[in-house]
Amino acid sequence: MNRTNWRKLKDKYMYLILVGTALSILSILTGIICFVLYSGWSALSWDFIFEPPRDNMTSGGIWSPLVGTFQLIVVSIIAVIPVGVLTGLYFSEYAGKGLFPKILRLAVRSLSGVPSVVFGLFGLSLFVIFLGFGSCLFSAGLTLACLTLPLVVTASEQAFRAVPKDYRDASYALGATKLQTLVKVVFPSAASTIITGIILSIGRVAGETAPIIFTGAAFYTSKTGGLFNEVMALPYHIYILATAGTNIEQTRPIQYGAVAVLLALVLGISSVGVWMRVRMKRR
Amino acid sequence: MLNINKHSSNDTKIQIETKDLSLYYGQDKVIKNISFNIYERMVTALIGPSGCGKSSYLRCLNRMNDFIQEARTEGEITINGSNIYDKATDVIELRRKIGMVFQKPNPFPMSIYENVAYAPRLFGVKDREKLDEIVKSSLEGAALWDEVYGKLKTPGTGLSGGQQQRLCIARAIATEPDILLMDEPTSALDPLSTLRIEELIRELKKKFTVVIVTHNMQQAARISDYTAFFLLGDLVEYNVTNKMFTSPDDRRTEDYITGRFG
Repeated sequence: MNRTNWRKLKDKYMYLILVGTALSILSILTGIICFVLYSGWSALSWDFIFEPPRDNMTSGGIWSPLVGTFQLIVVSIIAVIPVGVLTGLYFSEYAGKGLFPKILRLAVRSLSGVPSVVFGLFGLSLFVIFLGFGSCLFSAGLTLACLTLPLVVTASEQAFRAVPKDYRDASYALGATKLQTLVKVVFPSAASTIITGIILSIGRVAGETAPIIFTGAAFYTSKTGGLFNEVMALPYHIYILATAGTNIEQTRPIQYGAVAVLLALVLGISSVGVWMRVRMKRR
Repeated sequence: MLNINKHSSNDTKIQIETKDLSLYYGQDKVIKNISFNIYERMVTALIGPSGCGKSSYLRCLNRMNDFIQEARTEGEITINGSNIYDKATDVIELRRKIGMVFQKPNPFPMSIYENVAYAPRLFGVKDREKLDEIVKSSLEGAALWDEVYGKLKTPGTGLSGGQQQRLCIARAIATEPDILLMDEPTSALDPLSTLRIEELIRELKKKFTVVIVTHNMQQAARISDYTAFFLLGDLVEYNVTNKMFTSPDDRRTEDYITGRFG
């Protein structure tokens, strides 16, 4: 074989290897989905979703943990938006290049690398014990908000930065102050990108277990509602069924049914975010 | 050295007086000790090759260079009797009195109405009727009213390039400024839209002092009363446009306008 053919052959193999790696990712995802659906299919029904767990969680559905997860999402969103978005605004519009913003940036970046169980312990000591909220929806929501914070800050900063300089120039040239320009032009232009970023980051934390174990997730509670009550949450519910349930083998279908719903929830939220992002790019 | 008062006749008032102005970006001196007068209700064209300082000079007039951190000025620009680089100058008020139109049409992502009402709202006009009136007269002033009066609520970004630029002009004149700065306003437009903007500029000078940066020498010749030729940060020649394009005083001006470089 001469050199040219050998080079062409290498080129072809390289292509095959790359396609192969891409396919392997796809097969992992489909593998997970198929496995979960196969194992949990017999449990899945509308009743399963809309009924609370019964008989020491060996029968019934997942209504209360599902509601709890939604409540956690709502509390963490409400908590993370003001702090995250305003910090992003600070980084994009006010921080400049000094030493202090540099340290702040480093802090935010490090925060996103902190393991989620550490957030859980942090939430336990700050919200549950020090601030005295106790183990409840509020503490767990705030802990999840801390976990989301670096994602929201980064998403907001990028959204603000992406607002064309043309808009700012036009606004300033018309005699607007910086605050007027931010409120009337920059913020509205960045809003939809920020919302997308928040949705995507929420999708990622909705499935977290470690941060809520110590801060507000209940093994079992019949109550749903109160901000200062413990809540059941899907990820923790799954963990319990699989490790500490009364009859682990018997409840396998329930476990995988719950996993399927959680997966659908997280993927669903993320796809809304992705869809919004794609739609915005087209415009 | 240019004699800055050489071309002022008795019936023209000085609107902008530039005295020994220099602009630095860090160590670079991009405008070098220039002095000249811009006259009221005249169109003054700033021409010269890229990087000669004409756009930078334009941005000195409404202090848009303030946003460039390493930018620094020396000298004076006097508008309406006061030096705009004085510490006491209210930059916000200054920009209200000086409208600006940019190279690329840049309407806000809002409705046509909101685009024009933007600046009046900034300065506290809340009354709906008053706003309606301002929007109408500004759009008329920018020769756009006839094309858009039925769709004021639609996005400004949905208009054609030429219409967008006229919308930007309407937005800029909504606060009734004294001066209108235009930074190559037609360079992103097709020839027909360019023609309309040029006609509009001839109308606008009845009410405003227009300072326009242009790459297009024919355009300068067609629409301006005075022309300033910039080269590498120097003001090489400032003259009545007719004279500039027929018998320029400076050799370099002649070389530039006859297309020998630039």
